[in-house]
Amino acid sequence: MAGFDKVVTSYEDAMIGLEDGMTVLAGGFGLCGIPENLIAEIKRKGTTGLTVVSNNCGVDGFGLGILLEDKQIRKMVSSYVGENALFEKQLLDGELEVELTPQGTLAEKMRAGGAGIPAFYTATGVGTPVAEGKETKVFDGREYLMEEAIVGDFAIVKGWKADRYGNVVYRHTAQNFNPLAATAGKITVVEVEEIVEVGELDPAHIHTPGIYVDRVVLGTFEKRIEQRTIKTVA
Amino acid sequence: MALTREQMAQRVAQELQDGFYVNLGIGIPTLVANYVPQNMDVMLQSENGLLGMGEFPTEETIDADMINAGKQTVTTVKGASIFSSAESFAMIRGGHVDLTVLGAFEVDVNGNIASWMIPNKLVKGMGGAMDLVAGADNIIVTMTHASKTGESKLLSNCSLPLTGKGCIKKVLTDLAWLEIEDGAFVLKERAPGVSIEEIIEKTQGKLVVPDHVPEMVFA
Repeated sequence: MAGFDKVVTSYEDAMIGLEDGMTVLAGGFGLCGIPENLIAEIKRKGTTGLTVVSNNCGVDGFGLGILLEDKQIRKMVSSYVGENALFEKQLLDGELEVELTPQGTLAEKMRAGGAGIPAFYTATGVGTPVAEGKETKVFDGREYLMEEAIVGDFAIVKGWKADRYGNVVYRHTAQNFNPLAATAGKITVVEVEEIVEVGELDPAHIHTPGIYVDRVVLGTFEKRIEQRTIKTVA
Repeated sequence: MALTREQMAQRVAQELQDGFYVNLGIGIPTLVANYVPQNMDVMLQSENGLLGMGEFPTEETIDADMINAGKQTVTTVKGASIFSSAESFAMIRGGHVDLTVLGAFEVDVNGNIASWMIPNKLVKGMGGAMDLVAGADNIIVTMTHASKTGESKLLSNCSLPLTGKGCIKKVLTDLAWLEIEDGAFVLKERAPGVSIEEIIEKTQGKLVVPDHVPEMVFA
């Protein structure tokens, strides 16, 4: 009866099987909803040569930024990166490769990867440097680019609550890329703030059904804020 | 006088309509939210996955899990919804957002826009800008008419790598409101006290000047 039980009890177990040179999809937008402890576990393991697909690359000393410290990332696939000095340095020194991808295209690449769609057409990026080397096709008089799906060896995801079967809900805008990454990992690992009993989550409110999830691990989170903006009271 | 940033936001806000879903970019576009007319309901879309963005939180209500596309902490308004990045860009690409306002480095007479990359400078990325310009039908670009050194940003051909091709029809600068029609900028309105000569001088791309060009009116 434990066939659907996805819970693992340590971060070490959560990341078993991650090897040098693999592709890792990571949820998160800026520092919001990032799988901060799974990233820390990758740092601890010392896995190198990674291709990391994530909208951003953290900041110096937090989030994916910590994987730059020991040069564990070979290539980043992101829509926006320059929030960390170490990133800039490694990029300029040629130690790090970057594939800049429009944000919506990046999201759709993950969605397609998880949905068994190998490629799709989008108007995003037509006539820009993003279009270089890509096949184009005209539909109804408008030009579109063919973009290929992305699948990861691992997907690392931050959820709010999960049950033991791996059904996940996200909290507020910490959802972002997480449910997309979750669908597109050969091994999908979700870290959450709370693990609840099976049946406790409303089936109609599940964001990521457990079928996509291989491992669930319980964590505690710093949730660092990147731009702390407060209403000025007159 | 050239418009201030606040006045530019005010002028853009005159284009809002009751019931509009609007995406506002970083900078001057963000200020537009301060000038939504009292009698109007407008929902702000933030491309990280929020429709119905509210004002900044207080020290008591601040929440690391509630941010906008500028990574600032925000709140939601009544009737808001939250969704994944794929859903967010489905709305954008699918043409469901009524108005998109964003900044740019250059715009040209063919509606091309360059806003993300300056060669030989560090490129941080396009974020969601390419999806926004490709997906939206109704886009207003806000930028200064010329650079600090006096170089026009309204060109016959964009010199910088593009963000999108043939997608811009409306431009608000600190000097003028222009619309792009048939390969030219058409001068629709000028900032109060700004002469047509100054606008002609600072517009490098083909400019059509109608017989009467009204001054912008601010409430």
